Amino acid sequence: MKRTGAQIVWECLVREGAKYVFGYPGGAILPVYDAMLDYPVHHVLTRHEQGATHMADGYARASGGVGVAMATSGPGATNLTTGIATAMMDSSPIVCITGQVGSKLVGSDAFQETDVTGITLPITKHNYLVTRVEDIARTLREAFYIAKSGRPGPVLVDITKDAQQATCDFDWDAAAPRLPGYRPDLRALPEEFQKALDLINNAKRPVILAGHGVMMSGASKLVLEFAERAQAPIAMTLLGIGGVPASHPLNLGMMGMHGEAWVNNAIQQADLLLAFGMRFDDRVTGNLKTYAVNAKKIHIDIDPSEINKVVKVDVGIVGDLHETLEDLLPVVKSADHSEWLDHINGMKGDAAVRDIQNLPDIGHLYAAHVISDIWRYTEGNAIVVTDVGQHQMWTAQYYKQDNNRGLITSGGLGTMGFALPAAVGAKLACPDKEVWVIAGDGGFQMTMPELATTVQENVKVNIAIINNGYLGMVRQWQEFFYERRYAATPMLSPDFTKIADAYGLCGMRVTERSQVKAAVEAARNHPGTAVIDFRVEKEDSVFPMVPAGADLHDMIRRPKTKMDVMAESGADQSEWDLAATK
Amino acid sequence: MAQHILVAYVEDKPGVLNRVASLFRRRAFNIESLTVGHTEQSGVSRMTIVVDADDMTARRIEANLYKLVNVLRVDDVTEKSSVVRDLALIKVAVNTANRTEVMQLADVFRARIVDVTNDSVIVETTGTEDKIEGLIEVLRPFGIIEMVRTGIVAMARGATAVSPNPPRVAAALPEDASRAMAVSV
Repeated sequence: MKRTGAQIVWECLVREGAKYVFGYPGGAILPVYDAMLDYPVHHVLTRHEQGATHMADGYARASGGVGVAMATSGPGATNLTTGIATAMMDSSPIVCITGQVGSKLVGSDAFQETDVTGITLPITKHNYLVTRVEDIARTLREAFYIAKSGRPGPVLVDITKDAQQATCDFDWDAAAPRLPGYRPDLRALPEEFQKALDLINNAKRPVILAGHGVMMSGASKLVLEFAERAQAPIAMTLLGIGGVPASHPLNLGMMGMHGEAWVNNAIQQADLLLAFGMRFDDRVTGNLKTYAVNAKKIHIDIDPSEINKVVKVDVGIVGDLHETLEDLLPVVKSADHSEWLDHINGMKGDAAVRDIQNLPDIGHLYAAHVISDIWRYTEGNAIVVTDVGQHQMWTAQYYKQDNNRGLITSGGLGTMGFALPAAVGAKLACPDKEVWVIAGDGGFQMTMPELATTVQENVKVNIAIINNGYLGMVRQWQEFFYERRYAATPMLSPDFTKIADAYGLCGMRVTERSQVKAAVEAARNHPGTAVIDFRVEKEDSVFPMVPAGADLHDMIRRPKTKMDVMAESGADQSEWDLAATK
Repeated sequence: MAQHILVAYVEDKPGVLNRVASLFRRRAFNIESLTVGHTEQSGVSRMTIVVDADDMTARRIEANLYKLVNVLRVDDVTEKSSVVRDLALIKVAVNTANRTEVMQLADVFRARIVDVTNDSVIVETTGTEDKIEGLIEVLRPFGIIEMVRTGIVAMARGATAVSPNPPRVAAALPEDASRAMAVSV
């Protein structure tokens, strides 16, 4: 059947199962937008193209499918890039479709022309410039296949305007992907397991490092089964959170820069690390020279280039984690590591007992309290989408996520402004789930206009702004490492309740802990998007902290004594000098 | 650091060279030379990439090259028995007195004189890097006006043809079996 290039785009999107496209129209993509009205795909108009890629990303992460973003040439396409890089760093499958100036004009510096494939080359898994209508169908099929297979990632397809307008025969079956050089279906051979098995069966102090790959390969159950059989406790990376339930007794919690001391110490004392679908980011290893020096290391990852990239391992197994564990589990022996587990429990000491919930209310509103309360009142069942910074780390620490795909956060790139648009995508992917945005006052203002998108699309998300009047994480670094010289971190914000009001949303302000419950419940009961401005302690810091490049066991611990003293005496904030606790 | 010679078969499509070059730049791998040209298969180009890298880094480069969708196959031929060639054109300043001497030296190195003027000759030579370096050293005293080298091309010895199906992408350490089995030159 004859179709225009623009129609072929939608024919393909429908067949690839795309229910939503997040985008922003413009001149070079107009033919595609014109054809859109005839196809059963819902277009979500964002307020900025960055929002479109974050929404597609949030949609992909919440659903396990592929998110689709669309934009015009030039500025439309360049605005996508932050979201593309975010998806690249966190291996999130999205397909971005951009319009390009006519093929005769390419290279002539035409109006709104940019070399989009050139710009996105290092931040996409693969990208295409399509100049012929005959190539559109195959290219889009390849784009979806590449995005979701192997180690997932973003794929961009740039289509010239004349290719969108031209007509050709559309034959879906004949347009099957032709990718002779692409082999994502790597599977480790069982005979490669022997060395790993010897290490596993002889380990005395094993620790599993669970990364994003656990969730992405659907290996959660198998990882738990493995952990139970090998009696190996689990430490999670930031993106590994949710991959194994926080409440599982073998789950120690998050590792790394803001991981709890017992988690990092367990890694440092381990004699075997089992890295499952993670990539030894510098935020989880600290100083590589002193990282887990006594441990043998087994690394299972689907991406061969991750093996031995930063940490030299004893056994590298390339393959899908789910498939690999399926093969590996039957030959792993049951073990008893109760001594090791008791030792780790012992390291928790009073740090674990000192539950944030049990700290008395002294009239100050702490972000940790707010997030912990949100966890309690939502019974741990919300999809939580965060921005980047202190609130993100507190969410990782205090929202005890039990659900796969329950935490959506920009880990690798650390993109401020990610939360709100990603939450819109997550809510559309999971309309029956409660979705919370937890964002700082800084990051929230980067993509705040997407509030209008929630209104136009009738999407309900609950937004908790952890408002401390600073770019908090940067301020914390300035406090710890730059002699409290607060360069460009104090931040003035608008009245967020009035902002909510202007968008026709429900806005609330919370200044005391006693108000948290009512506000959270009001937000949950409100039919539309609700914005809560939590005015939290201004100079609060995230503990524990491994300074960048320091040894993983060399942590700045929570200012325990002072905090307790303060809690008991109701001392004034001015007496709580955090600097003295370093 | 040692020299590694990687042979990559890539799809002959626009932008592929850019993808490979961008990979080396982005990951801060150090290219000594890169050549690209057609092969016996239409639609397939062949790159010979010489890198300054230890064994572990060479493995990572190989794995990263495989990640490029347009890369069909990568072989590290460093320790395989292979023919390695570089071509150089060297323009040497001469006069009537020493021209014959230059031509004789070229002859010793089995190089060819491909252009002669009153005050210069162009010497063309093909061979290993060592041989070319040797020739350059003996020509240098006469005065090298200009020089260009193609960079290395390499081909494994024997009758085995290039299979379109690459070997499995292994994650084994360099000291593992796969490397020990490789025939050293």
